[in-house]
Amino acid sequence: MGIIKEIHNLYLKKEITVREVIEKYLKNIENWEPHVHAFLTVNLDYIEREIKRVEGLKFNEDLTLYGIPVAIKDNILTEGLLTTCASKILANFIPPYDAEVIRRLKEKGAIIIGKTNLDEFAMGSSTENSAFGPTKNPWDLERVPGGSSGGSAVAIATGESPLALGSDTGGSIRQPASFTGVIGLKPTYGLVSRYGLVAFASSLDQIGPFARKVEDLAIILQVIAGYDPKDSTSLPYSPPNYLDSLGKSVKGWKIGIPKEMWERGVEDSVLEVLDSALKVLRDLGVELIEISLPTVEYALPTYYLIATSEASSNLARYDGIHYGYRNKNQKDLISLYKVSRGEGFGSEVKRRIILGTYALSAGYYDAYYLKATKVRTLIRQDFESAFRKVDLIISPTSPVLPFRLGERIEDPLKMYLIDILTIPVNLAGIPAISVPAGFKDNLPIGLQFMGPFFSEDKLLQISYAFQKLMDFSEKYPNTVEGL
Amino acid sequence: MIRNFIQQLRKTAHLARLNLTEEEEELYSKQLEEILNYFQKLQELDTSNVEPMAHVLPLNNVWREDEIKESMEKELILKNAPEIENNCFKVPKIVKNI
Repeated sequence: MGIIKEIHNLYLKKEITVREVIEKYLKNIENWEPHVHAFLTVNLDYIEREIKRVEGLKFNEDLTLYGIPVAIKDNILTEGLLTTCASKILANFIPPYDAEVIRRLKEKGAIIIGKTNLDEFAMGSSTENSAFGPTKNPWDLERVPGGSSGGSAVAIATGESPLALGSDTGGSIRQPASFTGVIGLKPTYGLVSRYGLVAFASSLDQIGPFARKVEDLAIILQVIAGYDPKDSTSLPYSPPNYLDSLGKSVKGWKIGIPKEMWERGVEDSVLEVLDSALKVLRDLGVELIEISLPTVEYALPTYYLIATSEASSNLARYDGIHYGYRNKNQKDLISLYKVSRGEGFGSEVKRRIILGTYALSAGYYDAYYLKATKVRTLIRQDFESAFRKVDLIISPTSPVLPFRLGERIEDPLKMYLIDILTIPVNLAGIPAISVPAGFKDNLPIGLQFMGPFFSEDKLLQISYAFQKLMDFSEKYPNTVEGL
Repeated sequence: MIRNFIQQLRKTAHLARLNLTEEEEELYSKQLEEILNYFQKLQELDTSNVEPMAHVLPLNNVWREDEIKESMEKELILKNAPEIENNCFKVPKIVKNI
Protein backbone atom coordinates (compact mmCIF):
# COMPACT_ATOMS: atom_id res chain seq x y z
CA MET A 1 0.00 0.00 0.00
CA GLY A 2 1.24 3.47 -0.84
CA ILE A 3 1.94 6.05 1.86
CA ILE A 4 -0.85 8.33 0.56
CA LYS A 5 -3.41 5.54 0.86
CA GLU A 6 -2.13 4.62 4.31
CA ILE A 7 -2.57 8.20 5.56
CA HIS A 8 -5.95 8.56 3.84
CA ASN A 9 -7.21 5.38 5.52
CA LEU A 10 -6.30 6.89 8.87
CA TYR A 11 -8.12 10.12 7.95
CA LEU A 12 -11.22 8.14 6.93
CA LYS A 13 -11.22 6.24 10.22
CA LYS A 14 -10.62 9.56 12.00
CA GLU A 15 -7.61 8.06 13.75
CA ILE A 16 -5.39 11.02 12.91
CA THR A 17 -5.81 14.66 11.90
CA VAL A 18 -4.12 16.62 9.13
CA ARG A 19 -2.36 18.67 11.79
CA GLU A 20 -0.98 15.52 13.44
CA VAL A 21 0.35 14.20 10.13
CA ILE A 22 2.08 17.48 9.34
CA GLU A 23 3.51 17.66 12.86
CA LYS A 24 4.91 14.15 12.50
CA TYR A 25 6.76 15.15 9.33
CA LEU A 26 7.93 18.42 10.89
CA LYS A 27 9.42 16.35 13.69
CA ASN A 28 11.34 14.28 11.11
CA ILE A 29 12.55 17.50 9.54
CA GLU A 30 13.69 18.83 12.90
CA ASN A 31 15.60 15.61 13.57
CA TRP A 32 17.24 15.19 10.18
CA GLU A 33 17.97 18.75 9.05
CA PRO A 34 21.04 19.39 11.23
CA HIS A 35 22.63 16.37 9.53
CA VAL A 36 21.48 16.58 5.90
CA HIS A 37 20.33 20.15 5.09
CA ALA A 38 17.71 19.07 2.56
CA PHE A 39 15.54 22.16 3.07
CA LEU A 40 16.21 25.84 2.46
CA THR A 41 12.87 27.02 3.83
CA VAL A 42 10.39 25.50 6.27
CA ASN A 43 8.05 28.34 7.18
CA LEU A 44 5.79 27.46 10.11
CA ASP A 45 3.41 30.42 9.55
CA TYR A 46 2.92 29.37 5.94
CA ILE A 47 2.36 25.76 7.00
CA GLU A 48 -0.15 26.85 9.63
CA ARG A 49 -2.15 28.73 6.98
CA GLU A 50 -1.99 25.69 4.72
CA ILE A 51 -3.20 23.34 7.47
CA LYS A 52 -6.14 25.66 8.15
CA ARG A 53 -6.93 25.83 4.45
CA VAL A 54 -6.97 22.04 4.11
CA GLU A 55 -8.91 21.59 7.35
CA GLY A 56 -11.59 23.73 5.70
CA LEU A 57 -11.94 21.24 2.84
CA LYS A 58 -14.19 18.23 3.12
CA PHE A 59 -12.18 15.06 2.46
CA ASN A 60 -13.48 13.21 -0.60
CA GLU A 61 -11.93 10.86 -3.13
CA ASP A 62 -11.39 13.66 -5.65
CA LEU A 63 -8.93 15.30 -3.23
CA THR A 64 -6.23 12.76 -4.08
CA LEU A 65 -3.54 14.55 -2.06
CA TYR A 66 -5.70 15.67 0.85
CA GLY A 67 -3.53 16.39 3.89
CA ILE A 68 -0.37 15.04 2.24
CA PRO A 69 2.88 17.02 2.63
CA VAL A 70 4.89 17.73 -0.50
CA ALA A 71 8.43 19.14 -0.51
CA ILE A 72 9.18 21.49 -3.42
CA LYS A 73 12.49 22.17 -5.11
CA ASP A 74 13.34 25.82 -4.53
CA ASN A 75 13.25 26.74 -8.23
CA ILE A 76 9.46 26.27 -8.38
CA LEU A 77 7.50 29.40 -7.49
CA THR A 78 5.32 29.35 -4.38
CA GLU A 79 3.16 32.41 -3.75
CA GLY A 80 4.18 34.20 -0.56
CA LEU A 81 6.90 31.63 0.21
CA LEU A 82 10.58 32.44 -0.34
CA THR A 83 11.95 30.95 -3.59
CA THR A 84 15.71 31.37 -3.95
CA CYS A 85 16.95 28.89 -6.59
CA ALA A 86 19.77 28.44 -4.03
CA SER A 87 21.23 31.68 -5.40
CA LYS A 88 22.38 34.80 -3.67
CA ILE A 89 20.80 36.73 -6.54
CA LEU A 90 17.31 35.58 -5.44
CA ALA A 91 18.04 35.32 -1.71
CA ASN A 92 15.00 37.47 -0.79
CA PHE A 93 12.64 36.68 -3.65
CA ILE A 94 9.01 36.12 -2.63
CA PRO A 95 6.98 35.03 -5.66
CA PRO A 96 3.76 36.92 -6.33
CA TYR A 97 2.13 33.79 -7.83
CA ASP A 98 2.13 29.98 -7.69
CA ALA A 99 3.61 27.76 -10.38
CA GLU A 100 0.92 25.74 -12.18
CA VAL A 101 2.09 22.52 -10.47
CA ILE A 102 1.72 24.20 -7.07
CA ARG A 103 -1.77 25.42 -7.94
CA ARG A 104 -2.70 21.85 -8.87
CA LEU A 105 -1.19 20.30 -5.76
CA LYS A 106 -3.04 22.75 -3.51
CA GLU A 107 -6.27 22.21 -5.39
CA LYS A 108 -6.01 18.50 -4.56
CA GLY A 109 -5.46 19.21 -0.87
CA ALA A 110 -1.67 18.87 -0.66
CA ILE A 111 0.34 20.91 1.85
CA ILE A 112 3.64 22.47 0.77
CA ILE A 113 5.87 21.56 3.70
CA GLY A 114 9.00 23.35 2.55
CA LYS A 115 11.40 24.33 -0.19
CA THR A 116 14.34 22.06 -0.88
CA ASN A 117 17.98 22.69 -1.64
CA LEU A 118 19.47 22.47 -5.12
CA ASP A 119 22.52 23.39 -7.13
CA GLU A 120 22.15 27.10 -7.88
CA PHE A 121 19.58 27.49 -10.70
CA ALA A 122 19.63 23.68 -11.01
CA MET A 123 23.14 23.78 -12.47
CA GLY A 124 25.07 20.88 -11.03
CA SER A 125 25.07 17.20 -10.21
CA SER A 126 25.79 17.15 -6.48
CA THR A 127 23.85 19.98 -4.74
CA GLU A 128 27.26 21.38 -3.73
CA ASN A 129 26.65 24.48 -5.88
CA SER A 130 24.01 25.84 -3.50
CA ALA A 131 24.78 29.35 -2.26
CA PHE A 132 23.41 28.23 1.12
CA GLY A 133 25.61 25.17 1.65
CA PRO A 134 25.43 21.59 0.35
CA THR A 135 22.94 18.84 1.12
CA LYS A 136 24.39 15.60 2.50
CA ASN A 137 23.52 12.05 1.49
CA PRO A 138 21.68 10.42 4.43
CA TRP A 139 23.21 7.02 3.57
CA ASP A 140 26.69 8.44 4.15
CA LEU A 141 26.89 11.99 5.45
CA GLU A 142 30.27 12.53 3.82
CA ARG A 143 28.85 11.91 0.38
CA VAL A 144 26.75 13.99 -2.00
CA PRO A 145 23.09 13.20 -2.61
CA GLY A 146 23.43 13.94 -6.32
CA GLY A 147 21.80 16.89 -7.94
CA SER A 148 20.55 19.20 -8.84
CA SER A 149 17.33 18.21 -7.01
CA GLY A 150 19.37 16.82 -4.10
CA GLY A 151 17.20 18.34 -1.39
CA SER A 152 13.97 16.86 -2.75
CA ALA A 153 15.53 13.41 -3.09
CA VAL A 154 16.96 13.49 0.43
CA ALA A 155 13.61 14.64 1.89
CA ILE A 156 12.10 11.39 0.57
CA ALA A 157 15.04 9.21 1.63
CA THR A 158 14.97 10.46 5.23
CA GLY A 159 11.18 10.46 5.48
CA GLU A 160 11.07 14.23 5.99
CA SER A 161 8.35 14.28 3.33
CA PRO A 162 6.40 11.47 1.63
CA LEU A 163 6.38 13.27 -1.74
CA ALA A 164 8.49 15.86 -3.48
CA LEU A 165 8.85 17.71 -6.77
CA GLY A 166 12.09 18.39 -8.56
CA SER A 167 13.12 19.50 -12.02
CA ASP A 168 15.18 17.54 -14.52
CA THR A 169 17.18 19.25 -17.28
CA GLY A 170 19.90 16.63 -17.74
CA GLY A 171 19.24 14.11 -14.96
CA SER A 172 18.50 16.38 -12.00
CA ILE A 173 15.63 14.19 -10.75
CA ARG A 174 16.85 10.73 -11.73
CA GLN A 175 20.48 10.96 -10.59
CA PRO A 176 19.70 12.18 -7.03
CA ALA A 177 16.91 9.59 -6.85
CA SER A 178 19.52 6.95 -7.68
CA PHE A 179 22.04 8.35 -5.17
CA THR A 180 19.50 8.38 -2.31
CA GLY A 181 17.55 5.17 -2.97
CA VAL A 182 14.19 6.66 -3.98
CA ILE A 183 12.11 6.78 -7.17
CA GLY A 184 12.31 9.81 -9.45
CA LEU A 185 10.51 10.41 -12.72
CA LYS A 186 11.36 12.81 -15.53
CA PRO A 187 8.18 13.11 -17.59
CA THR A 188 7.89 13.58 -21.35
CA TYR A 189 8.79 17.12 -22.39
CA GLY A 190 5.49 19.01 -22.50
CA LEU A 191 3.52 16.71 -20.15
CA VAL A 192 3.91 18.87 -17.04
CA SER A 193 3.51 22.65 -17.16
CA ARG A 194 6.69 24.67 -16.69
CA TYR A 195 4.70 27.79 -15.78
CA GLY A 196 6.39 29.06 -12.64
CA LEU A 197 9.47 26.85 -12.94
CA VAL A 198 12.48 29.17 -12.96
CA ALA A 199 13.93 28.61 -16.43
CA PHE A 200 17.37 27.05 -16.85
CA ALA A 201 17.30 25.44 -20.32
CA SER A 202 13.80 25.78 -21.67
CA SER A 203 13.91 23.06 -24.31
CA LEU A 204 15.13 20.50 -21.75
CA ASP A 205 13.61 21.45 -18.36
CA GLN A 206 10.77 19.34 -17.01
CA ILE A 207 9.20 19.13 -13.54
CA GLY A 208 8.75 15.65 -12.07
CA PRO A 209 7.98 13.82 -8.81
CA PHE A 210 9.90 11.82 -6.21
CA ALA A 211 8.39 9.11 -3.99
CA ARG A 212 9.24 5.84 -2.23
CA LYS A 213 6.48 3.78 -3.77
CA VAL A 214 5.31 3.64 -7.36
CA GLU A 215 1.63 4.02 -6.30
CA ASP A 216 2.39 7.37 -4.68
CA LEU A 217 4.40 8.53 -7.67
CA ALA A 218 1.48 7.66 -9.97
CA ILE A 219 -0.94 9.67 -7.83
CA ILE A 220 1.14 12.84 -7.76
CA LEU A 221 2.00 12.53 -11.47
CA GLN A 222 -1.72 12.37 -12.21
CA VAL A 223 -2.19 15.68 -10.42
CA ILE A 224 0.60 17.61 -12.14
CA ALA A 225 0.33 16.10 -15.66
CA GLY A 226 -1.76 17.61 -18.43
CA TYR A 227 -2.23 20.59 -20.68
CA ASP A 228 -1.75 24.11 -19.37
CA PRO A 229 -2.46 27.02 -21.72
CA LYS A 230 -0.11 29.20 -19.64
CA ASP A 231 2.87 27.17 -20.93
CA SER A 232 3.20 27.37 -24.72
CA THR A 233 5.30 24.18 -24.70
CA SER A 234 2.64 22.21 -22.85
CA LEU A 235 1.09 19.59 -25.10
CA PRO A 236 -2.67 19.29 -25.57
CA TYR A 237 -2.74 15.71 -24.34
CA SER A 238 -5.03 13.97 -21.87
CA PRO A 239 -3.09 11.64 -19.62
CA PRO A 240 -4.50 8.16 -18.95
CA ASN A 241 -5.34 7.03 -15.42
CA TYR A 242 -1.87 6.07 -14.24
CA LEU A 243 -3.07 3.88 -11.37
CA ASP A 244 -4.83 1.63 -13.93
CA SER A 245 -1.52 0.38 -15.30
CA LEU A 246 -0.17 -0.73 -11.92
CA GLY A 247 -0.35 -4.46 -11.25
CA LYS A 248 -0.67 -5.45 -14.89
CA SER A 249 1.77 -8.00 -16.27
CA VAL A 250 4.82 -6.94 -18.25
CA LYS A 251 5.36 -10.43 -19.65
CA GLY A 252 6.65 -10.44 -23.19
CA TRP A 253 7.80 -6.83 -23.14
CA LYS A 254 10.98 -6.21 -25.07
CA ILE A 255 13.58 -4.14 -23.25
CA GLY A 256 16.64 -2.80 -24.99
CA ILE A 257 20.07 -2.76 -23.37
CA PRO A 258 22.16 -0.20 -25.24
CA LYS A 259 25.70 -1.46 -25.03
CA GLU A 260 27.06 2.10 -25.12
CA MET A 261 25.36 2.84 -21.80
CA TRP A 262 26.52 -0.30 -20.00
CA GLU A 263 30.14 -0.47 -20.98
CA ARG A 264 32.50 2.44 -20.91
CA GLY A 265 32.85 4.41 -17.70
CA VAL A 266 30.36 2.45 -15.60
CA GLU A 267 31.86 1.34 -12.27
CA ASP A 268 32.04 -2.39 -11.63
CA SER A 269 30.12 -2.12 -8.37
CA VAL A 270 27.19 -0.53 -10.25
CA LEU A 271 27.22 -3.26 -12.88
CA GLU A 272 27.46 -5.95 -10.24
CA VAL A 273 24.37 -4.74 -8.37
CA LEU A 274 22.38 -4.15 -11.55
CA ASP A 275 23.12 -7.67 -12.68
CA SER A 276 20.66 -9.00 -10.12
CA ALA A 277 18.16 -6.35 -11.22
CA LEU A 278 18.35 -7.76 -14.74
CA LYS A 279 17.60 -11.21 -13.32
CA VAL A 280 14.47 -9.79 -11.69
CA LEU A 281 13.37 -8.40 -15.04
CA ARG A 282 13.85 -11.80 -16.67
CA ASP A 283 11.78 -13.34 -13.86
CA LEU A 284 9.01 -10.92 -14.81
CA GLY A 285 8.99 -12.45 -18.30
CA VAL A 286 10.67 -9.52 -19.99
CA GLU A 287 12.84 -10.14 -23.01
CA LEU A 288 16.20 -8.33 -22.78
CA ILE A 289 17.67 -7.41 -26.13
CA GLU A 290 21.04 -5.84 -26.79
CA ILE A 291 20.70 -2.69 -28.88
CA SER A 292 22.94 0.14 -29.99
CA LEU A 293 22.51 3.89 -29.64
CA PRO A 294 25.65 4.95 -31.49
CA THR A 295 25.23 8.71 -31.02
CA VAL A 296 24.79 8.73 -27.24
CA GLU A 297 28.54 9.15 -26.83
CA TYR A 298 28.04 12.62 -28.36
CA ALA A 299 25.22 13.50 -25.99
CA LEU A 300 27.38 15.13 -23.34
CA PRO A 301 28.91 17.93 -25.43
CA THR A 302 25.60 18.35 -27.26
CA TYR A 303 23.79 18.79 -23.98
CA TYR A 304 26.26 21.18 -22.39
CA LEU A 305 26.29 23.41 -25.48
CA ILE A 306 22.51 23.57 -25.78
CA ALA A 307 21.82 23.85 -22.04
CA THR A 308 24.38 26.61 -21.47
CA SER A 309 23.28 28.52 -24.57
CA GLU A 310 19.69 28.50 -23.40
CA ALA A 311 20.77 29.34 -19.86
CA SER A 312 22.82 32.34 -20.98
CA SER A 313 19.68 33.73 -22.58
CA ASN A 314 17.29 32.78 -19.75
CA LEU A 315 19.50 34.21 -17.01
CA ALA A 316 19.74 37.58 -18.76
CA ARG A 317 16.62 38.49 -16.79
CA TYR A 318 18.64 38.89 -13.57
CA ASP A 319 19.53 42.50 -14.17
CA GLY A 320 19.50 43.94 -10.64
CA ILE A 321 16.50 46.06 -11.56
CA HIS A 322 13.24 44.11 -11.67
CA TYR A 323 13.97 41.75 -8.80
CA GLY A 324 16.88 40.11 -7.09
CA TYR A 325 20.27 41.26 -5.89
CA ARG A 326 21.59 44.69 -6.84
CA ASN A 327 24.86 46.38 -6.07
CA LYS A 328 23.60 49.83 -5.19
CA ASN A 329 26.87 51.73 -5.64
CA GLN A 330 26.94 51.73 -9.43
CA LYS A 331 26.72 54.98 -11.34
CA ASP A 332 25.87 53.69 -14.81
CA LEU A 333 23.57 51.01 -16.15
CA ILE A 334 26.15 48.63 -17.66
CA SER A 335 28.15 48.60 -14.42
CA LEU A 336 24.96 47.99 -12.48
CA TYR A 337 24.28 44.91 -14.60
CA LYS A 338 27.83 43.64 -14.54
CA VAL A 339 28.58 44.12 -10.86
CA SER A 340 25.19 42.91 -9.63
CA ARG A 341 25.41 39.76 -11.77
CA GLY A 342 29.07 39.21 -11.02
CA GLU A 343 28.40 39.34 -7.28
CA GLY A 344 24.99 37.66 -7.30
CA PHE A 345 25.72 34.53 -9.33
CA GLY A 346 27.85 31.67 -8.04
CA SER A 347 30.85 30.16 -9.74
CA GLU A 348 29.17 27.39 -11.78
CA VAL A 349 26.36 29.64 -12.98
CA LYS A 350 28.84 32.22 -14.25
CA ARG A 351 30.88 29.50 -15.95
CA ARG A 352 27.79 28.28 -17.78
CA ILE A 353 26.57 31.74 -18.77
CA ILE A 354 29.97 32.41 -20.31
CA LEU A 355 30.13 29.05 -22.05
CA GLY A 356 26.63 29.59 -23.47
CA THR A 357 27.29 33.17 -24.53
CA TYR A 358 30.46 31.99 -26.25
CA ALA A 359 28.66 29.14 -28.05
CA LEU A 360 26.06 31.60 -29.37
CA SER A 361 28.41 34.44 -30.26
CA ALA A 362 29.29 35.54 -33.78
CA GLY A 363 31.95 33.32 -35.29
CA TYR A 364 31.29 30.36 -32.98
CA TYR A 365 27.56 29.85 -33.43
CA ASP A 366 27.87 27.42 -36.36
CA ALA A 367 30.64 25.34 -34.82
CA TYR A 368 29.04 25.05 -31.41
CA TYR A 369 25.34 25.82 -30.93
CA LEU A 370 24.15 24.96 -34.43
CA LYS A 371 26.29 21.84 -34.57
CA ALA A 372 24.86 20.70 -31.25
CA THR A 373 21.27 21.15 -32.42
CA LYS A 374 22.04 18.97 -35.44
CA VAL A 375 23.59 16.24 -33.34
CA ARG A 376 20.51 16.47 -31.14
CA THR A 377 18.46 15.45 -34.18
CA LEU A 378 20.68 12.39 -34.63
CA ILE A 379 20.35 11.40 -30.97
CA ARG A 380 16.60 11.67 -31.16
CA GLN A 381 16.57 9.57 -34.34
CA ASP A 382 18.65 6.91 -32.56
CA PHE A 383 15.99 6.61 -29.87
CA GLU A 384 13.18 6.61 -32.42
CA SER A 385 14.67 3.69 -34.32
CA ALA A 386 15.40 1.83 -31.07
CA PHE A 387 11.77 2.17 -29.98
CA ARG A 388 10.66 0.53 -33.22
CA LYS A 389 12.37 -2.62 -31.94
CA VAL A 390 11.83 -2.48 -28.17
CA ASP A 391 9.17 -1.22 -25.75
CA LEU A 392 11.59 0.33 -23.26
CA ILE A 393 15.32 0.88 -22.82
CA ILE A 394 17.30 0.43 -19.60
CA SER A 395 20.62 1.64 -18.27
CA PRO A 396 22.25 2.43 -14.96
CA THR A 397 20.99 5.86 -13.83
CA SER A 398 24.48 6.92 -12.81
CA PRO A 399 27.79 5.43 -13.91
CA VAL A 400 29.18 5.85 -10.38
CA LEU A 401 28.19 5.43 -6.74
CA PRO A 402 27.46 8.58 -4.70
CA PHE A 403 30.83 10.34 -4.46
CA ARG A 404 32.38 12.30 -1.61
CA LEU A 405 31.71 15.99 -1.06
CA GLY A 406 34.49 17.98 -2.71
CA GLU A 407 35.62 15.04 -4.84
CA ARG A 408 34.61 16.52 -8.21
CA ILE A 409 33.64 20.12 -7.56
CA GLU A 410 37.04 21.56 -8.58
CA ASP A 411 36.91 19.95 -12.00
CA PRO A 412 33.77 20.95 -13.95
CA LEU A 413 34.32 18.50 -16.81
CA LYS A 414 34.66 15.61 -14.36
CA MET A 415 31.38 16.71 -12.78
CA TYR A 416 29.64 17.02 -16.16
CA LEU A 417 30.62 13.45 -17.07
CA ILE A 418 28.47 12.17 -14.20
CA ASP A 419 25.38 13.02 -16.27
CA ILE A 420 26.38 10.90 -19.23
CA LEU A 421 23.58 8.33 -18.84
CA THR A 422 20.74 10.71 -18.05
CA ILE A 423 21.17 13.56 -20.55
CA PRO A 424 20.34 11.66 -23.77
CA VAL A 425 16.77 11.40 -22.45
CA ASN A 426 16.36 15.19 -22.12
CA LEU A 427 17.82 15.80 -25.57
CA ALA A 428 15.29 13.35 -27.05
CA GLY A 429 12.43 14.74 -24.93
CA ILE A 430 11.36 11.26 -23.79
CA PRO A 431 10.36 10.19 -20.26
CA ALA A 432 12.53 8.12 -17.91
CA ILE A 433 12.38 6.86 -14.35
CA SER A 434 15.04 5.85 -11.84
CA VAL A 435 14.07 3.01 -9.52
CA PRO A 436 16.15 1.75 -6.56
CA ALA A 437 17.74 -1.51 -7.65
CA GLY A 438 20.13 -2.38 -4.85
CA PHE A 439 22.88 -1.27 -2.52
CA LYS A 440 26.65 -1.50 -2.49
CA ASP A 441 28.31 -0.90 0.91
CA ASN A 442 25.08 0.73 2.11
CA LEU A 443 25.06 3.13 -0.88
CA PRO A 444 22.00 3.04 -3.16
CA ILE A 445 22.09 2.28 -6.88
CA GLY A 446 19.31 3.11 -9.33
CA LEU A 447 18.13 1.51 -12.55
CA GLN A 448 16.86 3.82 -15.31
CA PHE A 449 13.94 2.88 -17.56
CA MET A 450 13.45 5.04 -20.66
CA GLY A 451 10.39 4.97 -22.90
CA PRO A 452 8.96 6.65 -25.99
CA PHE A 453 6.94 9.90 -25.80
CA PHE A 454 4.08 9.69 -23.29
CA SER A 455 4.96 6.18 -22.08
CA GLU A 456 4.69 7.23 -18.41
CA ASP A 457 2.00 4.56 -17.92
CA LYS A 458 4.39 1.88 -19.15
CA LEU A 459 7.28 3.21 -17.05
CA LEU A 460 5.06 3.10 -13.97
CA GLN A 461 3.79 -0.37 -14.87
CA ILE A 462 7.26 -1.89 -15.10
CA SER A 463 8.53 0.03 -12.07
CA TYR A 464 5.61 -1.28 -10.05
CA ALA A 465 6.23 -4.86 -11.16
CA PHE A 466 9.94 -4.44 -10.45
CA GLN A 467 9.35 -2.94 -7.00
CA LYS A 468 7.09 -5.89 -6.10
CA LEU A 469 10.09 -8.19 -6.44
CA MET A 470 12.83 -5.78 -5.40
CA ASP A 471 11.38 -3.56 -2.74
CA PHE A 472 13.56 -1.04 -0.90
CA SER A 473 10.67 1.31 -0.09
CA GLU A 474 10.72 0.41 3.63
CA LYS A 475 14.49 0.75 3.92
CA TYR A 476 15.58 3.97 5.66
CA PRO A 477 19.10 5.29 6.25
CA ASN A 478 20.47 4.72 9.76
CA THR A 479 23.52 6.97 9.72
CA VAL A 480 22.21 9.15 12.53
CA GLU A 481 21.84 7.45 15.87
CA GLY A 482 18.34 7.42 17.27
CA LEU A 483 16.63 8.21 13.93
CA MET B 1 47.06 30.21 -26.38
CA ILE B 2 45.82 30.77 -22.84
CA ARG B 3 46.50 34.51 -23.17
CA ASN B 4 44.42 34.62 -26.35
CA PHE B 5 41.63 32.86 -24.63
CA ILE B 6 41.60 35.33 -21.77
CA GLN B 7 40.87 38.07 -24.35
CA GLN B 8 38.01 36.00 -25.73
CA LEU B 9 36.75 35.34 -22.26
CA ARG B 10 36.76 39.04 -21.35
CA LYS B 11 34.82 39.86 -24.50
CA THR B 12 32.31 37.11 -23.78
CA ALA B 13 31.91 38.16 -20.15
CA HIS B 14 31.19 41.69 -21.32
CA LEU B 15 28.56 40.43 -23.77
CA ALA B 16 27.00 38.47 -20.91
CA ARG B 17 27.18 41.53 -18.64
CA LEU B 18 29.22 39.69 -16.05
CA ASN B 19 31.94 41.23 -13.96
CA LEU B 20 34.72 38.72 -13.34
CA THR B 21 37.61 39.01 -10.91
CA GLU B 22 41.12 38.35 -12.16
CA GLU B 23 41.16 35.01 -10.39
CA GLU B 24 37.89 34.07 -12.06
CA GLU B 25 39.22 35.06 -15.47
CA GLU B 26 42.23 32.86 -15.02
CA LEU B 27 40.29 29.90 -13.68
CA TYR B 28 37.50 30.08 -16.24
CA SER B 29 39.77 30.47 -19.21
CA LYS B 30 41.66 27.36 -18.19
CA GLN B 31 38.50 25.36 -17.53
CA LEU B 32 36.57 26.58 -20.54
CA GLU B 33 39.41 25.84 -22.86
CA GLU B 34 39.52 22.28 -21.58
CA ILE B 35 35.74 21.94 -21.90
CA LEU B 36 35.68 23.38 -25.41
CA ASN B 37 38.49 21.06 -26.45
CA TYR B 38 36.45 18.12 -25.25
CA PHE B 39 33.44 19.45 -27.16
CA GLN B 40 35.47 19.29 -30.39
CA LYS B 41 34.38 15.67 -30.39
CA LEU B 42 31.17 16.78 -32.11
CA GLN B 43 33.15 17.66 -35.23
CA GLU B 44 33.70 13.91 -35.77
CA LEU B 45 30.08 13.59 -36.87
CA ASP B 46 29.04 14.53 -40.38
CA THR B 47 25.90 16.61 -40.01
CA SER B 48 25.88 18.25 -43.44
CA ASN B 49 22.50 16.70 -44.27
CA VAL B 50 20.96 16.92 -40.82
CA GLU B 51 18.29 19.42 -39.83
CA PRO B 52 18.95 21.26 -36.57
CA MET B 53 16.49 20.68 -33.75
CA ALA B 54 15.82 23.52 -31.32
CA HIS B 55 12.84 21.82 -29.78
CA VAL B 56 11.45 18.30 -29.44
CA LEU B 57 7.77 19.09 -29.86
CA PRO B 58 5.74 19.23 -33.05
CA LEU B 59 4.46 22.62 -31.89
CA ASN B 60 5.10 25.78 -33.83
CA ASN B 61 3.24 28.93 -33.02
CA VAL B 62 0.73 28.60 -30.24
CA TRP B 63 -2.03 31.13 -30.61
CA ARG B 64 -4.68 32.38 -28.27
CA GLU B 65 -7.44 34.92 -28.55
CA ASP B 66 -6.30 38.45 -27.86
CA GLU B 67 -8.58 38.98 -24.90
CA ILE B 68 -8.18 41.64 -22.29
CA LYS B 69 -7.52 40.03 -18.94
CA GLU B 70 -6.67 41.33 -15.55
CA SER B 71 -2.98 41.98 -14.95
CA MET B 72 -1.04 41.49 -11.78
CA GLU B 73 -1.28 44.41 -9.38
CA LYS B 74 1.48 46.97 -9.70
CA GLU B 75 2.30 46.64 -6.02
CA LEU B 76 2.98 42.90 -6.42
CA ILE B 77 5.13 43.45 -9.49
CA LEU B 78 7.28 46.01 -7.68
CA LYS B 79 7.44 44.09 -4.42
CA ASN B 80 10.69 42.30 -5.21
CA ALA B 81 12.43 45.23 -6.89
CA PRO B 82 15.65 46.27 -5.14
CA GLU B 83 14.99 50.00 -5.66
CA ILE B 84 11.79 51.77 -6.66
CA GLU B 85 10.67 55.38 -6.80
CA ASN B 86 7.21 56.81 -7.58
CA ASN B 87 5.90 53.32 -8.34
CA CYS B 88 8.61 52.71 -10.96
CA PHE B 89 11.75 50.59 -11.17
CA LYS B 90 14.70 52.81 -10.41
CA VAL B 91 17.82 52.72 -12.62
CA PRO B 92 20.94 54.88 -12.82
CA LYS B 93 20.59 57.88 -15.07
CA ILE B 94 21.03 56.88 -18.74
CA VAL B 95 20.49 60.23 -20.48
CA LYS B 96 22.92 63.10 -20.30
CA ASN B 97 22.08 66.47 -18.79
CA ILE B 98 21.26 69.05 -21.40
